Amino acid sequence: MKQNRKIVVLMICLGGVHLVSLFAGFFSPYDFAQQDRDFPYLSPSQIHFRDAQGSVRWRPSVCLLVERPGDSGAYDEDKKKCFPVRFFVRGAEYRLLGLFQLDWHLFGVSPPAKIFLVGTDGYGRDVFSRLLYGSQVSLFSGLMATVLSLAVGALLGMVAGYYGGWIDAVVMRCTELFLALPWLYLLFALRAFLPLHISPILAFLLLIAVIGVVGWARPGRLIRGVVLSGKENQYVLAARLFGGSDVYLMRRHLLPQTYGILLTQAALLIPQYILAEVTLSFLGLGVGEPAPSWGNMLAALQQYSVLVSYWWMWAPGVVLIPVFLSYGLLASAMQARAAGMTREE
Amino acid sequence: MRYLGHRLVQSLFLLLGVSVLSFIFVDLAPGSFFDEMRLNPQISSETVAKLRKQYGMDQPLPVRYMRWLKSTLKGELGFSFAYDAPVAPLLRSRARNTLLLTGSATLLGWLIALPLGILSAEKRKGWVDRTGTITTSVMLATPDLLLALGLLLFAARTRWLPVGGMSALDSGGQGVWQQTRSTAVHLVGPVVVLVLGSLPILMRHTRAAMIEALDSPYVRAARAHGVRRWRILFRHALPAAINPLVTLFGLSLGSLLSASLLIEVVMSWPGLGPLLLEAILARDLYVVIGAVMFASLFLVCGTLLGDLLLFVADPRIRTDELV
Repeated sequence: MKQNRKIVVLMICLGGVHLVSLFAGFFSPYDFAQQDRDFPYLSPSQIHFRDAQGSVRWRPSVCLLVERPGDSGAYDEDKKKCFPVRFFVRGAEYRLLGLFQLDWHLFGVSPPAKIFLVGTDGYGRDVFSRLLYGSQVSLFSGLMATVLSLAVGALLGMVAGYYGGWIDAVVMRCTELFLALPWLYLLFALRAFLPLHISPILAFLLLIAVIGVVGWARPGRLIRGVVLSGKENQYVLAARLFGGSDVYLMRRHLLPQTYGILLTQAALLIPQYILAEVTLSFLGLGVGEPAPSWGNMLAALQQYSVLVSYWWMWAPGVVLIPVFLSYGLLASAMQARAAGMTREE
Repeated sequence: MRYLGHRLVQSLFLLLGVSVLSFIFVDLAPGSFFDEMRLNPQISSETVAKLRKQYGMDQPLPVRYMRWLKSTLKGELGFSFAYDAPVAPLLRSRARNTLLLTGSATLLGWLIALPLGILSAEKRKGWVDRTGTITTSVMLATPDLLLALGLLLFAARTRWLPVGGMSALDSGGQGVWQQTRSTAVHLVGPVVVLVLGSLPILMRHTRAAMIEALDSPYVRAARAHGVRRWRILFRHALPAAINPLVTLFGLSLGSLLSASLLIEVVMSWPGLGPLLLEAILARDLYVVIGAVMFASLFLVCGTLLGDLLLFVADPRIRTDELV
């Protein structure tokens, strides 16, 4: 029971993260591509809870920035010109879920002030907004590649386990082949022969396809094992005796037996695939500019000056840790639950 | 020995399969090295066609594959378009560097993980074990990429470690000792990252295997007989727990190879990783295939080594053979 509660809590946390990611347009104050050429590598905005007289205000405010005379790249706050942070404001237009044209944002400040919660990057783009929009690419490419991987793995594993014989032999040799390769090398090799310069959307789909195809072997083998023992169950044999077709038997009686393994595998694979996307984009083989992904945002750190001087540029890497931690805990909770269930039997 | 011979033949077929697979992928993929040339107005289309013919790229897939196989048997692994040279010599020094990196990381990782895992299993539910479990969970969630960047930052800030590369620029003319020292200092950074990256998994498995062994009836019996703790741990439990760990050893080499690919690029270690990335960007397909082949060769050798160790460590496998 304890594991069940843990699983539910973790699922809710992860669901929340994905929900925020889906509604990135609403939660981010600016568009991901909007540049402020005057403010490259600006450190996170200071948010004031006191006004110029020093008394506490309910509404936090952000002050205008003025360049320090004689020192380009350094800014001072103009304490006299402060603008309150407002909630539910209208700003840049965006498409919610790619469907509805909207311009409502969770928070923002009235121009000419600007709010940069996590600073700006080299083009003066808001890192916080890019982080949210980038999560759409990074989180969902991991999720969708996992679905693809599991679908291919489940299909082939089930067919191999159900029919046996030469089909089984061929599929199993294929999985050995895929498992024999260091998977990042395989991923690279596959990516190597696809066009390099493509639109972000196409790159996103391509990444999902490549990552998903590379990883089918391990779930495939596991599913085959389950089906191999599962098809000997009395009720499966009975259904077969009553003339159930192969497809019916697999869909109705064998697939449900694999759900546990599929879910556990998903929790294990998703972080791995998110990391694969981040890695590829980091190296310039994934989703390209101006569209943000956590990988290509981290790529800025390849420049020595950025690595050393601008700590907020590490944000996409830092947010990876709690996400991966949640998935990791989820996977181990699921495994513990499965182990407990078999012990009870 | 028949078992090992069987595994050897199997591995050879596996490598052959890998090469066929990479060729099929290459053939399915659009674009080639010569596409870039075609866009260049200074190179006429006849020249491009001639070059294609010269490199044998106008032939159908099976012909190209047989040619590649022939050149591989000669030890060339095909021909690089960008370097205009056989692939194997290009890859050999790079592969040696990668092997140096992953080899030392594997060795160090296991040397640290084994005692920690055993300690954690022995003191199960104690504070050592609890902090260990929490630390490994967090470390498991930290991507290698971040570790590598963090180490680079550390090196740049403190200047205790070199910020990349494999040897100091001025070490070329000096003696062997100087060069070795320079390489060793440069090796520290990438090895630390790889060890930190692989440590949590190795520790977890060691802990799990040891706990299973320590829970078994014969260990309880030994304990009841008053056998000393150290003797139980190392004489009774460890040999029983070693079997899954040896299997993991072969597999860990594979994941380490993947990890080192990225680390090499980030920390500019001149291994297979940077060469592969370069070749991908230049569409130098035989270099890509060559790098993949080298990596899978390492992995296959790793699993073979694992099998060999298992053969030595586990008497059951040896006796199976006699039956």
